[in-house]
Amino acid sequence: MRGGIVFLALLVSACANPVLRGTGDLGLVVERASGRVLLIETTGRSALARIEGFGDLSHASAVFSRDGRYAYVFGRDGGLSKVDLLRARIERRVIQAGNAIGGAISQDGRLVAVANYTPGGVRIFDAATLEPVSEVPTGAKVVGIADAPGNRFVFSLFEAGEIWVVDASDPRNPSTQKIRNIGKQPYDGLVTPDGRHYLAGLYGEDGLALVDLWNPQAGATRIMSGYGRGEAPLPVYKMPHLRGWAVAGRYAFLPAIGRHEVLVVDTASWSEVARVAVHGQPVFVVAQPGGRRVWVNFAFPRNDVVQVIDVPAMKVLRELRPGRAVLHLEFTPRGEQVWISSRDDDAVVVVDTASFAETARLAADKPSGIFLSSRAAMTGF
Amino acid sequence: MLRTALLAAAATFCASAASQTPPEARRAELLNFVRHDCGACHGYTLKGGLGPSLEPAALAAKDAEALGFVILHGRRGTPMPPWREHLSELEARWIVRQLMQGLPR
Repeated sequence: MRGGIVFLALLVSACANPVLRGTGDLGLVVERASGRVLLIETTGRSALARIEGFGDLSHASAVFSRDGRYAYVFGRDGGLSKVDLLRARIERRVIQAGNAIGGAISQDGRLVAVANYTPGGVRIFDAATLEPVSEVPTGAKVVGIADAPGNRFVFSLFEAGEIWVVDASDPRNPSTQKIRNIGKQPYDGLVTPDGRHYLAGLYGEDGLALVDLWNPQAGATRIMSGYGRGEAPLPVYKMPHLRGWAVAGRYAFLPAIGRHEVLVVDTASWSEVARVAVHGQPVFVVAQPGGRRVWVNFAFPRNDVVQVIDVPAMKVLRELRPGRAVLHLEFTPRGEQVWISSRDDDAVVVVDTASFAETARLAADKPSGIFLSSRAAMTGF
Repeated sequence: MLRTALLAAAATFCASAASQTPPEARRAELLNFVRHDCGACHGYTLKGGLGPSLEPAALAAKDAEALGFVILHGRRGTPMPPWREHLSELEARWIVRQLMQGLPR
């Protein structure tokens, strides 16, 4: 942290003497127990500053403004905070609901949508000012919110088993298309990196629901139906997370529910290609940029291991033990580094993806999510 | 006076009885477990998330035995898993007591 303090001093003196820099190598690490966020940079692999005052950051996530200058941090307590990455401070903050789960930023970068559990629904804010713009009440817990082309937000309703596609191109009067009976208990969802499809993972049954966003009127189709083969599921001690990072080339790598497997689906036909046996219940299944390898972390109690799947072989190639209670991993945009958070070792570990060697280890207080500014340019976030 | 002393002695006996409370090192593990692993669904501050609130006010009207049973055996039809492979009955009961009185900050 010594380096961080020096840098902060630089920032302060920068008022007189601006030090110019970009934000393309910056990111945030959530310190969930203390309501703080660590500002990190991936060129020198260091922590630059610690930003305070976020409230309850259990299950926090972040998206980025289109210019990469600001992060929007969604906290569990309904807090929406706009963070200036260059000044390392909270620029604006609103408490927009009682209990939130995440959010997304629109294609044009002008709207931020927040998904809420209590009261269930989505609230849309002006990305510049955080002024409320409109609201879509759902009467159910909202999960898996993602942005889609056409200034649309797509999400699922956990209890209701529905997928809603909200077109916010008229921000004050969003129109909603509801797709019903998509399956039992969708727990999370993703938009594919090309923006074409929305996929919801189902907790209440074996399968996933797929919507073609070029033709949402056609409704949802079921893929991977009955992947559990009728066997009793294993206990799921932590819900997996889905995002567009699960797509490697033409394949989507998806966590099975209640099985120690990663399901591989061909995105051209949406049929099963393979299943990869893994160490535990997968939580994050993340394609390394380039798509040659896929990295996986796991639910309690098997959460001190990260496995690397070799895509051509569809097998686990390597097993790493970067620390206890690995909660998340994030690649630099070109994939040469992966940042891994180890909650119970209070550390963020940087691993070189070519050699699997640890290249840095930063102190962080109970770190959970890691969010790099390269997400600013990605569809589905 | 004597009665008070006896009651106090009885209370101390109950509190320290090995059948009621896990050993100290395990208690710290369990509290970390409740905050972080239960907190994954119920929220780090236990105010609720995908799972319901586990704050004292939310649990006040509930039966402690039944709560202990849910921890060990899960709730069918919901994402609440059975934790019996990782917690003993004694530990589940102790967790329920901690939740009902509010976790130490």
